[in-house]
Amino acid sequence: MVSKLKQAMENGKFVITSEIGPPKGTDLEKMYHHIDLLKDKVDALNVTDHQSSVMRFPSIGGCLAIQELGGEPVLQLTCRDRNRIALQAELLLAYSKGIKNVLCLTGDAVPVGDHSQAKGIFDLDSVQLLHGVRQLEEGIDFGGNKLEGAVQFCAGATVTPEAEPIEPQLIKFEKKVAAGAEFFQTQAIYDLERFAKFMEFARQFPVKILAGIVLLSSAKMAQFMNDHVPGIFVPQELIDEMAAAPKGKALKKGIEIAGRTIAALKKESLCDGVHIMAINREEVVPEILAVAGL
Amino acid sequence: MKSLTKQKPFDEVIQLSDQLNRVFLIGCGTCATMTKTGGINEVQAMKKSLQDEGKLVTGWVVLPMACDEMTAELLNENKKAVQDAQCIIVMACALGVQRINLYLPLPVIPALDTLFIGMEKSPGHFFEACAQCGQCILGETAGICPLTACHKGLLNGPCGGTDKGKCEVDPEKDCAFTLIYERLKEQGRLDLMRKYHPPKNYQVIPRPRESRLL
Repeated sequence: MVSKLKQAMENGKFVITSEIGPPKGTDLEKMYHHIDLLKDKVDALNVTDHQSSVMRFPSIGGCLAIQELGGEPVLQLTCRDRNRIALQAELLLAYSKGIKNVLCLTGDAVPVGDHSQAKGIFDLDSVQLLHGVRQLEEGIDFGGNKLEGAVQFCAGATVTPEAEPIEPQLIKFEKKVAAGAEFFQTQAIYDLERFAKFMEFARQFPVKILAGIVLLSSAKMAQFMNDHVPGIFVPQELIDEMAAAPKGKALKKGIEIAGRTIAALKKESLCDGVHIMAINREEVVPEILAVAGL
Repeated sequence: MKSLTKQKPFDEVIQLSDQLNRVFLIGCGTCATMTKTGGINEVQAMKKSLQDEGKLVTGWVVLPMACDEMTAELLNENKKAVQDAQCIIVMACALGVQRINLYLPLPVIPALDTLFIGMEKSPGHFFEACAQCGQCILGETAGICPLTACHKGLLNGPCGGTDKGKCEVDPEKDCAFTLIYERLKEQGRLDLMRKYHPPKNYQVIPRPRESRLL
């Protein structure tokens, strides 16, 4: 069975992915609710892997829940917490359970999270992990040993189109493509003109690009991201627009901005789809899609 | 190159030397003197603090270089005071502590925490330059070590946490790959940044590492 996400991308569909943040603990009710709400509205659902280095229920657990409910999971796999032995084992388990998509990430730094004294592993980086996935597909492990039963994944990676300076980021993008990335989910983008410039570069490569859409929930949050989140640029007009929203209507405005950004990306065929990150507000993703006309 | 140290909280030194009330005190004339963590002044201050806690300081010495093998002879010169003590409190880096531990049967107690082996950038500003990985890649990274200078020790380029040349863990910290990029660009050697670095061999010499010249 081939990945449904891959099929959708190959069929030239404007692909929609979103993400599920697993809970901190074993109460899975809310996570199942979000999966249920989104699984039929998107082509695939990522499950974050201890996002921002905060310990949570594991990505693979969330992916299995998505499978259970009949959705298409994307396993986010970071190099922060596992050495090359554990990373391979995770891939073997995922494949054996029918998970067909993996997003290969370096992972956030340990000190930004809630276990700031933990040891950061980073035995591999994201480029090496992508290479490794392709090697496992050949039936050979990272140590050069033969596998009894190989894997097959639709493998993706991330890129930050607003990074500054941009050239080192683009060089790494090319290395990820060479290592076997088939698709990219980008860091949040808000300025379509600037994103179009990045796409001019990215279009040289045979990969699918899903633009990152992060829901703005208030003018304060937008300003905070500008000031503190690496590689995110929210134009002043959008911050002003959020600030001008009537009291209690900021989230609605954020939904409108996300929806119209997606509609514009699709209309102008700027990219191959979007990856919607509604951090902690998964339940509004259907509204965003409705505004986008999807 | 210096071994960078900081003093342990005094309470920890007292707790580590619990029941050991006769103390011989050792400082180091090299790195710990330069970092003002184990020179003459600090040793004398420690002596006073220990005495205030009711400990008997049988003697003290600031060795020229605690990690050097000359330490054996200098300890011998202080034999009497050393033998009178129940423990040795060492205000040197962990190399000094372990060198002294080779020569004396007494409990050896570190009064300093060893931070890293560093190089001086500007007066009083030290940075870790080498992780002693056993497989030097400086020839491909414009003489800047990403294994050490990148918080995550990445090899194939910057992560998504870099912003305007700084690192996500500390806005004062330079992003190693921005530095490498800028320097390679100046040198007209940016192609080196495109080179794929395979997973690193972390067992060039398995720990604990040893090297025998003879």
